[in-house]
Amino acid sequence: MAAIAQSGFREPNLLMKMASRPTAMAGLLIIIAMIVLALLAPVISPYDPAQLAVRNRLQPPTWQHLFGTDDLGRDVFTRVLYSGRTSITVGFAVVIFASVVGVFLGLLAGFFRRLDAPVSRLIDAMMAFPDILLAIALVAALGASATNVVIALGVVYAPRLARVVRASTLVIRELPYVEAARALGVPTPVILVRHVLRNLTSPLLVQATFIFANAILAEAGLSFLGVGISPDIPTWGTLISVGRQYLEQAPWIMWFPGGAIIITVLSLQLVGDGLRDFLDPRLAKDI
Amino acid sequence: MIRSAFNRIFGMLIVMALVVTIVFVIVRVTPGDPAAVMLGPDATAADIASLRQRLGLDASIPQQFLSYIGGILRGDFGQSIFLNMPVTDALWQRAEPTFFLTVFSLAIATLIALPVGVLSAYWRGSAFDQAATTLAMFAASIPSFWLGLIFMQFFAVKLGWFDTSGYGGPGASFGERMHHLVLPAVTLGLISSALITRFTRASMLDVLNDDYVRTARSKGMSEWRVVVKHALKNALIPILTVIGLTAALLISGAIVTETVFGLPGVGSLIVSAVLRRDYPLIQGALLVVAGLYVLVNFIIDMLYLIVDPRVRY
Repeated sequence: MAAIAQSGFREPNLLMKMASRPTAMAGLLIIIAMIVLALLAPVISPYDPAQLAVRNRLQPPTWQHLFGTDDLGRDVFTRVLYSGRTSITVGFAVVIFASVVGVFLGLLAGFFRRLDAPVSRLIDAMMAFPDILLAIALVAALGASATNVVIALGVVYAPRLARVVRASTLVIRELPYVEAARALGVPTPVILVRHVLRNLTSPLLVQATFIFANAILAEAGLSFLGVGISPDIPTWGTLISVGRQYLEQAPWIMWFPGGAIIITVLSLQLVGDGLRDFLDPRLAKDI
Repeated sequence: MIRSAFNRIFGMLIVMALVVTIVFVIVRVTPGDPAAVMLGPDATAADIASLRQRLGLDASIPQQFLSYIGGILRGDFGQSIFLNMPVTDALWQRAEPTFFLTVFSLAIATLIALPVGVLSAYWRGSAFDQAATTLAMFAASIPSFWLGLIFMQFFAVKLGWFDTSGYGGPGASFGERMHHLVLPAVTLGLISSALITRFTRASMLDVLNDDYVRTARSKGMSEWRVVVKHALKNALIPILTVIGLTAALLISGAIVTETVFGLPGVGSLIVSAVLRRDYPLIQGALLVVAGLYVLVNFIIDMLYLIVDPRVRY
């Protein structure tokens, strides 16, 4: 393998392909920047996200407070940075959860003929529920906490992934190398992981990127409605929810966290679009 | 064709049955006693016992499931705990704002998306196409509640053209009520137009490369007729599918938008049901919304079957 890589026959790697698409590359760089900003929040901002300064409350944006201050005099810029940690982490955790469940269901339905009909109907039924509605019902049943929001959104998005995994597995199942592996007596779980799953990475990566974007939007929606993560934990959604009460006096409290959501989600969509175009040309015309 | 129709009806019934099962299961995953959770920490043991009895929670799970299904078949979706009325009545009372909100946002979304999507595909790769595609992606990245708040701040607070929230109060005329729906409908319409635009563009691109479009052109037919009569007509079925499904999914947007604008619709009813843990009401709402989605899907599939003789299920 190493020899092939050195001799220049290796396919151009993902990053090099990305570089050929300026919009996808820009999206990737912005996401990395958002993650770095969230991680380096204590270094970047001189303020404590929870430090109260009631004398300074509801100040409009100035050089001291780039995004202004909120109802308790806390620096909005600092809070947006720290909120990014929760919002991005929750979004990512949803992707992981949905991927594990979705890949499992998709492989079952796609690889084992007998399981196809029951699992596929279950996926259809799950997809009949609009995402926010199913998520708030699940959170209502499980109880409101960050973990349960991740579980609820994971359950909501898993069927979408399962559908993509199933469709690709149906094709891969019939390929000669799977037949060869089977003829050689390779155990089914090994075939599934080594031969099927490995070849699923492209559609999976594309779908995961879009789910990441949707999960950030949905988490913000749940937090805004007050049925998700506790309002005491700053996320972009909870910041907007607080800002809503000061819409007239201090609209900047909700402007900036909304901007952060848009930038992050848009970048993820740009990356997803780019990935889809060069990883999976068959999917390119779908939405 | 009849066979296909039966297959599809059978498939729909299975999915419906699964939807009912999922709705039943969701409430059972509650850690602890649902009756205790609903009544909150101050409830006495006697209160909890009587609510358990009212909800039929003392029966075994299979028995509860059977009586739940029996109720649904009779059109009985249970009693709302907090409102103390049948769930169907509670949903019906709040149906008006949600219905008009959905209709208006769908109209706005379609009026924007259809021409933009068609022209985008027609002028593929042009500056217009790039601008439209980028804008659609941008619109899909905006949280709907945030856009609603921005509109509210600008048009209601700053300019004073609209009330910030509510539905005009009791006794408001139809015109007043609709005036309260303008901002929410524009918010929801703009955001849903993104999906429909992208879909219209994709379906038109598919069709514009087809042989009959080339034939129509080579006959010397005017471009307008080629695009509208030949291409759009054929691209319309998938586009109608998305519009139909968007209509069913708009309820998700309505949940958030109605809360932002304080509209007394089904969406805000669901949120308050969740906050009060009114499980029968949550179940009923889930069932109605998912049922509508399955039904819309089914109707679209049937239309395909009638319109396109090649389609088989």
